[in-house]
Amino acid sequence: MAEFEIRDLQARIGEKPILQGVNLTIERGETHALMGPNGSGKSTLSNVIMGHPDYEVTGGDILFRGQSLLGLPTEERARLGVFLAFQYPVAVPGVSVARFLKTAVEAVRGKSAGGAGGFLKGVREQMKSLEMTEAFLDRGLNEGFSGGEKKRLEILQMRLLKPALAVLDETDSGLDIDALRIVAGGVNQLRGSDLTLLVITHYERLLKLIQPDHLHVLMEGRIVFSGGPEAVQELERRGYDWLREQAGEAVVAG
Amino acid sequence: MTQILPTDNKLVQDYKFGFVTPIDADAAPKGLNEDIIRLISSKKGEPDWMLAWRLEAFRHWQTLREPHWARATYPPIDYQDICYYSAPRQRASATGEMDPELAKTFERLGVPMHERAQLAGVAVDAVFDSVSVATTHREVLKKQGIIFCSMSEAIREHPELVRQYLGSVVPPGDNFYAALNSAVFTDGSFCFIPRGVRCPLELSTYFRINAIRTGQFERTLIVAEPESYVSYIEGCTAPARDENQLHAAVVELVALDDAQIKYSTVQNWYAGDAQGNGGIYNFVTKRGHCRGRRSRISWTQVEVGAAITWKYPSVILEGEESVGEFYSVAFTNNRMQADTGTKMIHRGARTRSTIVAKGISSGESSNTYRGIVRVLPRATGARNHTQCDSMLIGPQCSANTFPVIESFNASAITEHEATTSRISEEQLFYLRSRGIDEETATALIVHGFCKEVLKELPLEFAVEAVKLLELKLEHSVG
Ligand SMILES: Nc1ncnc2c1ncn2[C@@H]1O[C@H](COP(=O)(O)OP(=O)(O)OP(=O)(O)O)[C@@H](O)[C@H]1O
Ligand SMILES: [Mg+2]
Repeated sequence: MAEFEIRDLQARIGEKPILQGVNLTIERGETHALMGPNGSGKSTLSNVIMGHPDYEVTGGDILFRGQSLLGLPTEERARLGVFLAFQYPVAVPGVSVARFLKTAVEAVRGKSAGGAGGFLKGVREQMKSLEMTEAFLDRGLNEGFSGGEKKRLEILQMRLLKPALAVLDETDSGLDIDALRIVAGGVNQLRGSDLTLLVITHYERLLKLIQPDHLHVLMEGRIVFSGGPEAVQELERRGYDWLREQAGEAVVAG
Repeated sequence: MTQILPTDNKLVQDYKFGFVTPIDADAAPKGLNEDIIRLISSKKGEPDWMLAWRLEAFRHWQTLREPHWARATYPPIDYQDICYYSAPRQRASATGEMDPELAKTFERLGVPMHERAQLAGVAVDAVFDSVSVATTHREVLKKQGIIFCSMSEAIREHPELVRQYLGSVVPPGDNFYAALNSAVFTDGSFCFIPRGVRCPLELSTYFRINAIRTGQFERTLIVAEPESYVSYIEGCTAPARDENQLHAAVVELVALDDAQIKYSTVQNWYAGDAQGNGGIYNFVTKRGHCRGRRSRISWTQVEVGAAITWKYPSVILEGEESVGEFYSVAFTNNRMQADTGTKMIHRGARTRSTIVAKGISSGESSNTYRGIVRVLPRATGARNHTQCDSMLIGPQCSANTFPVIESFNASAITEHEATTSRISEEQLFYLRSRGIDEETATALIVHGFCKEVLKELPLEFAVEAVKLLELKLEHSVG
């Protein structure tokens, strides 16, 4: 049984079909990259995996360790170990980062033995490794955060929640060169047989830092290419047009 | 960090304060006339001037009409069908302690009346129906010259102070309910902080309506002499009953030169059931007078109860450089109707005021902010900042804001910001994607929304207020 499997997934928002039969299988501990042009449905796929109420799944299935996620509310999916690092994390004004993190960690992992003090100590250590200052703890969640700060906070959450399956939706966008290295380092430390990863990005530079085992391209709601990681160079050079020309029929290489 | 309710907390009832205390009462017959007022006055052993004051207010009240400009609808109130006096018959105790049945009631309400069992820093006055039943920590306060007692006692023991200040902020004829209150008020708290004293305890009054068909008309008066400071807390609950009960209180605050009064309320009167049957009509006049220079009055209120709320805690900024503040959270659900806000009347030069009002409506409730900022000609350099935010939960509730700014001095600066939002799907989704269930997520978002106001409350009280809000939300979501 694969750790994570998407079978012929179809989803729409309102009347507009977006995912039109996505198939994707990831074995436990593997890292897969997902690329594709703007608007091809990458974030939609992430949201559907997490159970966003605005998207209606009209066909297919999403299996995590053999169990369908589709009937489960979002929070149940998170408690099973599914995590999404958002492309655009939203702000929740007035809710301190510290309080949010504690509520989330307790919801997913249960109350920590060390109490509030022990919890904060752990958080501070993780923040240090991501080179975040402690001042963030008292700030409103994502309130007035810069793009890069938001992305760091997403990875901080991932490190605290220790998911089994994580989808990173353009975590590299908005990060400066140093931050990219720090954040990628933060992700790589978690890699291993306990973490299955789907990394969505537009750029080769992230995949140099977080090296995937496989690469997929999503176009117009379908996976049109699946291959080895080396294909990223060809994509960088040629763009997506050559794949578009072969539209209709999925290309499988490597 | 404040604790959030566990997600499976279904044990908490809608309104856990809705019980009735089985206690004998000494009650006046229903109805309102001069004889009833004479009866109230004599029960309390009042001096003649007090009776005369009440009768004058009553005669004036008879010439007034019930106001109906608030955004609330309700059937006509029959003022002759209300009982205006009800006092629990306390069993006499040698030690002077409270009747055990009453003590039990306040215990259940979370207001322990035994001094040793209390929060270290809070002195409590407890008002049960029409009378004050106990005031704690009086000796400690007395040493500093602070007077904290029931209004009835103040009228008997400190008539000169009461005569000087009673009605000096809210005159008996101020409005329909204030006039009614002036005629029939039965008890309440009196606080006097002498010059230069910083009150070492939070002073607190807990109001409880118990008897059926009884109105509660309490009167509170707080006087802060020059350079003094006091923080005062008010809490209230009532049994769940099918009929409406009237609560028409008057609160007057007087701050002299460099004095500061912080007045905090958590109002949790019974709000009626989901269909809108029963609940308290909370028609209250609260006003502070910054009489002295650099004096400061702040009202902080968390309003989560009452079927109808009609309440505008206000500040008259008389003294130069005096400061008025109003921080409010008003939560409505089911069929509740709240029309609340404030008035800031700038009379003195360089007076400043701040208004932060947060309205949260859910169910089929209606939640209105109504405010006036008035800058009078002498108030050169006055400033006001107003922020009104409304949050809607669900499609059937409504929120309105009626902010009025009247400036008669060109040098004044007034700023107004207003927002209306719904709890956003994206915020909920984000929090839920981190394992947080919908109820807790909603509570977090609402708590964040109210934070600016909640942080103004004294700490233990803020924790209570947050719990109460979460409890109310639990029955409003999903
Ligand atoms: N709430 C929505 N309402 C209407 N259309 C939507 C909504 N969400 C997504 N879409 C549409 O669905 C399509 C896929 O969007 P999606 O965000 O999944 O693309 P993406 O591959 O993540 O793009 P990008 O690389 O720019 O992040 C787009 O055409 C987008 O406009
Ligand atoms: Mg996207």
